[in-house]
Amino acid sequence: MIIVGELINTSRKSVKEAVEKQDADFIKKLAQKQWDTGADYIDINCGTMIGTELEMMKWLVNCVQEVIEAPLCIDSPDPAVLDAGLSLCKYGQPMLNSISDEEGRFDSTLPVILKHEAKVVALCMDSKGMPETSDDRIRVAGNLYNKLTGAGVADENIFFDPLIKPVSSVGTAGIEVLESIRKIKEKFPKVHFMCGLSNISYGLPNRKLLNRLFVAQSMAIGMDGYVLDPTDKKMMGTVYASRTLLNQDEYNGDYLYAYRKGIYS
Amino acid sequence: MANLDSIAQNVLNGNIKKVSDQVNELVNGGTDPIEIINNGLIQGMNLVTPLFKSGEMFVPEVMRSAKAMNTGMNLLKKYISDEDIPSKGKVVIGTVEGDLHDIGKNLVGMMLETSGYTVIDLGVDVKKENFLDSISKYNPDIIGMSSLLTTTMIKIKDSIEYLKNKGIPDQIKIIIGGAPVSQKFADEVKADGYSEDASSAVALCDSLLAVAK
Repeated sequence: MIIVGELINTSRKSVKEAVEKQDADFIKKLAQKQWDTGADYIDINCGTMIGTELEMMKWLVNCVQEVIEAPLCIDSPDPAVLDAGLSLCKYGQPMLNSISDEEGRFDSTLPVILKHEAKVVALCMDSKGMPETSDDRIRVAGNLYNKLTGAGVADENIFFDPLIKPVSSVGTAGIEVLESIRKIKEKFPKVHFMCGLSNISYGLPNRKLLNRLFVAQSMAIGMDGYVLDPTDKKMMGTVYASRTLLNQDEYNGDYLYAYRKGIYS
Repeated sequence: MANLDSIAQNVLNGNIKKVSDQVNELVNGGTDPIEIINNGLIQGMNLVTPLFKSGEMFVPEVMRSAKAMNTGMNLLKKYISDEDIPSKGKVVIGTVEGDLHDIGKNLVGMMLETSGYTVIDLGVDVKKENFLDSISKYNPDIIGMSSLLTTTMIKIKDSIEYLKNKGIPDQIKIIIGGAPVSQKFADEVKADGYSEDASSAVALCDSLLAVAK
């Protein structure tokens, strides 16, 4: 199970302001907080900084590494920004977020993965568009798998993102994702998964409840990576509780540790 | 007893069966189909829009209302010729080049269609040349461009500049939307309008066309 802390993202207003003001203190605190609450990786995304994304990425990576020795998830659609961020990563095996099978994007991103021996989030989409059915996702995942492993990326370093759509606009969005995970796992048992959660609940009230339940449901079928807010105690509680229920937590150790630390409620 | 108000209420409630029963009943009883469309079906969606905007109704409920309305429309189509179907105007929509996201764009299309606009959806990854082609092909009043990604937002700017350089008529209005898009951005790229969500898009089109007419 890998939890990627999602809070350092300039699409969030407070982070954007901090980056614009070069408020290192704010960023450091945000990184520390996510690390303390159980994130395994810290995501860094400054994609909204049009024109200055590359410089800001370097600044953010250095900033975070001054305060925690955490592996980072460098998040950008731009290979040059990915390369710049990954070049500075000092701790653990970094993660690249993300590649897809879209024309142009795959070929320009692959060399960056290989250069840094990074883990990679692979979006199950190609130039034909966003996937609808689980069969769409299997087809794209199969192509990505063959191309990535063919280039030397180990199975264990591939994290498929099935791309979640809102159940409010596509009723089958949830079960199609569950089906995709099951089928991909059956075909490529050693790969991992990674997904964001907020899409699933778009357009509905009480979104956090739906997000948490989807964690429990998807984990039961083999999902093993989430990009989420680790400071959300109820969410982390669901993650720890699900792991323990699924026997992914020896002697319920992490569940009890988190209980004593007050990480979830 | 079926009447126009009860049809509007049933559209609001998303009761597909009742809408189709009552539309049949009224049309068989001699009510003008155009009247049923305007004061029953579209009126129902007019009740939906403010409730959606205020957060009292949610996306799936709006979709259900739209389905109820469209079911009624399809029943009435055989009684009226295409050109007699009331339309507030023609809107071409599409997600710009390089961007494959369609949920928000589809929602805008649905809201416009159910409020009485004729909507032509060019789909996703729409090149600026295709927006241009759509003008001669469909003769729209409004062109709507959508982008979800900060990386493709720039294509909105490119497309608008391209259309303006090609000298498209002033009366064709260009509106834009999408998560990273703002009024500020719309002003910068000289779009005629911006709306932050699907329900405001209807009001935006209404006001743009009222001004133009």
